Amino acid sequence: MKFTLNWLKDHLDTDASLEAIVEKLSLIGLEVEGVENKADELKAFKTAKVIEAVQHPNADRLRVCQVQSDEGISQVVCGAPNARTGMVGVFAPVGSYVPGIDLTLKAGNLRGEDSNGMLVSEREMGLSDEHDGIIDLPEDTEVGVPLAEILGLDDPIIEIAITPNRGDCLGVRGVARDLAAVGMGTLKPLKLETIEGSFDSAIKWKADAAVADDVPYVAGRYFKNLKNGPSPKWLQERLLALGLRPISALVDITNYVSFDLGRPLHVFDADKVKGDLTMRYAQNDEEFLALDEETYKLSESMVVISDDNGVQGLGGVMGGLNSGCSHETTNMFLEVALFDPTSIAITGRKSGILSDARYRFERTVDSQSADWGVDVATRMVLDLCGGEVSKVTSAGSIPSEKRVIELRPNRIKDLCGVAVEKDKQIEILSILGFDVTEKDGLILATVPSWRPDVELEACLVEEILRIYGYENIPETQMEMPSYLPQGVLTLAQRRVSNTRSALCWRGLDEAVTFSFVSYAQAELFGGVPDSLRVANPISTDLDTMRPSILPTLLSAAARNTDRGFADNALFEVGPQYQDDTAKGQKQMATGLRSGNVAERHWESPSRPVDLFDAKGDALAALSAAGAPVENLQVFTSAPSYFHPGRSGVLGLGPKNVLAAFGELHPRVLEAMDIKGPVVAFEVFLENIPQPKIKKGESGKIKPALDLSPFQSVDRDFAFLVDDSVEAGKLIRAVKGADKNLITDVVLFDVYKGKGVEDGKKSLAITVTLQPRDKTLTDEEIDAVSQKVIAQAMKATGGTLRS
Amino acid sequence: MDNLEELRSDLLQRVEAAADLDALDAVRVQALGKKGEITQRMKTLGNLAPEERKEAGQAFNLIKQAVAEAIETRKANLHAIALEARLAEEKVDVSLPPRPATIGKMHPISQTLEELVAIFGEMGFSVAEGHHIEDDFHNFTALNIPPEHPARQELDTFYMPEREDGTRSVLRTHTSPVQIRAMQNTTPPIRIIAPGRTFRADHDATHSPMFHQVEGLVIDEKTNMGHLKGVLIEFCRAFFGVKDLPLRFRPSYFPFTEPSAEVDIGCSRSGGQLKIGAGEDWLEILGSGMVHPKVLENCGIDSSKYQGFAFGIGIERLAMLKYGIPDLRTFYETDLRWMKHYGFLPMEMPSMVRGL
Repeated sequence: MKFTLNWLKDHLDTDASLEAIVEKLSLIGLEVEGVENKADELKAFKTAKVIEAVQHPNADRLRVCQVQSDEGISQVVCGAPNARTGMVGVFAPVGSYVPGIDLTLKAGNLRGEDSNGMLVSEREMGLSDEHDGIIDLPEDTEVGVPLAEILGLDDPIIEIAITPNRGDCLGVRGVARDLAAVGMGTLKPLKLETIEGSFDSAIKWKADAAVADDVPYVAGRYFKNLKNGPSPKWLQERLLALGLRPISALVDITNYVSFDLGRPLHVFDADKVKGDLTMRYAQNDEEFLALDEETYKLSESMVVISDDNGVQGLGGVMGGLNSGCSHETTNMFLEVALFDPTSIAITGRKSGILSDARYRFERTVDSQSADWGVDVATRMVLDLCGGEVSKVTSAGSIPSEKRVIELRPNRIKDLCGVAVEKDKQIEILSILGFDVTEKDGLILATVPSWRPDVELEACLVEEILRIYGYENIPETQMEMPSYLPQGVLTLAQRRVSNTRSALCWRGLDEAVTFSFVSYAQAELFGGVPDSLRVANPISTDLDTMRPSILPTLLSAAARNTDRGFADNALFEVGPQYQDDTAKGQKQMATGLRSGNVAERHWESPSRPVDLFDAKGDALAALSAAGAPVENLQVFTSAPSYFHPGRSGVLGLGPKNVLAAFGELHPRVLEAMDIKGPVVAFEVFLENIPQPKIKKGESGKIKPALDLSPFQSVDRDFAFLVDDSVEAGKLIRAVKGADKNLITDVVLFDVYKGKGVEDGKKSLAITVTLQPRDKTLTDEEIDAVSQKVIAQAMKATGGTLRS
Repeated sequence: MDNLEELRSDLLQRVEAAADLDALDAVRVQALGKKGEITQRMKTLGNLAPEERKEAGQAFNLIKQAVAEAIETRKANLHAIALEARLAEEKVDVSLPPRPATIGKMHPISQTLEELVAIFGEMGFSVAEGHHIEDDFHNFTALNIPPEHPARQELDTFYMPEREDGTRSVLRTHTSPVQIRAMQNTTPPIRIIAPGRTFRADHDATHSPMFHQVEGLVIDEKTNMGHLKGVLIEFCRAFFGVKDLPLRFRPSYFPFTEPSAEVDIGCSRSGGQLKIGAGEDWLEILGSGMVHPKVLENCGIDSSKYQGFAFGIGIERLAMLKYGIPDLRTFYETDLRWMKHYGFLPMEMPSMVRGL
């Protein structure tokens, strides 16, 4: 919402400065978005008289002028053809910034003549493209008059943001009323004058009974023998200040009243209307040619204004092209209507039309303005266009019920912590237009017709407090429920935080990527049900909720690779989506590595990433999140987007999967346009079991450290097994060979090649024996070794490698 | 005796001449070993008269002692020389880089979130979360945003496909549904923050279709707007680390609060550089207000007994302002250079008592 300071002063009697008004507006809830003050920008430039202009001695095209400004006489060298003795122009002194040529003027010398300042053209001032000469004002213009004043640009334009509840401030008068309440002046009375018509309107308003809820009331009257044409300069200037284009007196009047009083109007060229005008619902697929020269297909929820020829207006949204006023219009029919905000919002949304009328009706127009709006419009039309006016015609009735709200005088203190005197509360409400009485210690406030947003006691509290000043609310400390702050994170939240740290320590960078991917990407990663496809995406790249975090991380890795950074180690702790229910959203810790592990180094050679990097990442994440890592088993049932032979899952059982890891499928990498190998992991944080903590225990206590006084013994074994045998099987079998003595089994070598027959491999392990009662004898060690060998051979079908 | 003197000087000379520890040990064996020269010569003493034997024995012992001392000294010298040589040989080019070991960086959104938790946690707020695909009631209706309300249009909602029964889910436009669920499921007092992903159908230099919000909610029998002011002032000063940071509360409108306030923090923009703190200008940072009685009633909370406040802040915006990150869009681009530059080491876990 824009207005000028002088326009505001039409309604507000005030001596307040622009700065004071601007500051107050923001503090009462009318946030100032900008102030455009041409007078300030053009302050340096004032009228000046050329008391002498003579030919430059050394340049044919230049003149040396003695310029009389209000500061004294300056010599200026000027190249304009119209520079001459006696003229009045606009002087830009040394030090001033000339916007049109982006230059701050300095004292200079042009071909031997001093030049201090400039006589400027309109183009140099950034005012127009006029550059035939310097600004040439009537010779009786006084010296020292600011340029802004000469140009009529000395009225600052203020732009404020209007929140959706304040339809009343979509007219300048509403803004003035708020300022009056806050002591920035007095609201001037609105000059209303009822003008009786001398004849019956040739066009009557009618309304279908069905539309009564959506159009409670419409009024109008017929104007004849008027003269339309350009509106007067003052009106045009005001509209231009708002950024509106003046069209004709009649149209400009409707715009002016809309911005001045928040009362939208419409004017029909009466000669183009056939029969009477009726408010009715549109028929489905009925067509309407609007003022914006677009044809709209209507639907049956929309209120239209129709004559015998068809639709002449989309009620409260936009008038029709066929019955619009032109400069030739001599007979006009006026529309002043009330529309239901929701109905207008639906029509507006469906038609997609943005208009000042829609904007106001959606935010609720003062119901009483349907009455006084007729008078205001009539006065202006008669003043600007002449002619004669008919009696008023109307259909429906103006809603008359009044809302009365009770306010407990201490409610402001209870709800907002600030005590406001009861008299002050009443005073503020009264200036804002509420009718206030008192009864049984309560304040009874009747809500004015222009404030339908005020519904409850809390609304009155806000009205009073925003005028009284939020700065008067005391800062109060919250009472703390306990002396020390308590833990506030849930286990799941702590797991997220710990997992994130652990993955950073593993050398992965944390990413945050969008929850959406393209449908094709979703398909690559298992696909999603249709319920996860966004109905109104901002682009097809982002139209599906991701079934995995991997596609967004892969896209990022591909982008980094294109930038020359192929070694990616990325993770994200975030959501993936299975369906549109609450449970379908899964909290994941997902990551990938591409390129080489670590940078190249002179001593430790680099190597391409492999699935064991990803497995390590997954285990680190699981461990940080508190999963029972020692009990996890590996299965080879990873999702299809992993390499089938180079991937696995970690779980407490085949159905109880906590993580997947592995190399990504080459087909997926190709589709994602990234060179492999890329390894990845996905940890299902929510599948990790809760630790079992007994009631009454902290869960923090650790078991006692149980150290054996006897030295442990390591024995190495190597087994020849079939290539297809999993190392994990061997390790599990060996661990089980003597559960009391064997405390650790570490696989330290996998060998294929010379000395090992084809189709076989050698697996070498170290077995740690930890006696608890006595030192082991060689015989006892041998006995355990035999058990190890027997178990290993039984489980793997292999043999001891000699 | 000349003989003895000769022996002594000869042995000492050989000790001095030993070039390394092995040579020295050979000398030791030759002189003092079982078959060494001194030992051998001492064996011959048995033939002498007791007096002579005693004298000669003393003389031999002196030589033996002198040689042993010389060997020890020489040994220490040789050790020192050997060490010098080894050190000289072991010299390496210390300008070479160490083996690479990278620590990844935490995203600024996570860091900021941890900071929010650290500050609000101290003030007794626990952390509530919820899902992103919401129903109309929890995202709008319960929040006093009826269909076709202008406030709903301003939210640029993403919709999911319409179901057969005509309903459709939305991507939550704020984390307020978490608060609604908290109010539905808990009896006051309630004191929570609700951080998380939010979605709006808007994509340009200053808007992202996905961003993060943290909302706060306090409901009890006596919390008033003064407490709201107190909490937000404490928060902003702690978060930005500016003790005297001025805050300005301006009336505004949100369908779910009444009265409503927007909050500005002081800043200066001199020289084109934005600086948070007391200055000539204000910067809008969050929206807040007293929870609307209709919202309380929509959640089954008696609005004649309970009241409280709510606020909402953009997490990216906080991070941008605190850490000087210029462009919103870069948060989601996963550009390694950006992450290394703006990310945080995982040991920088925020806490009020350690300092933010």
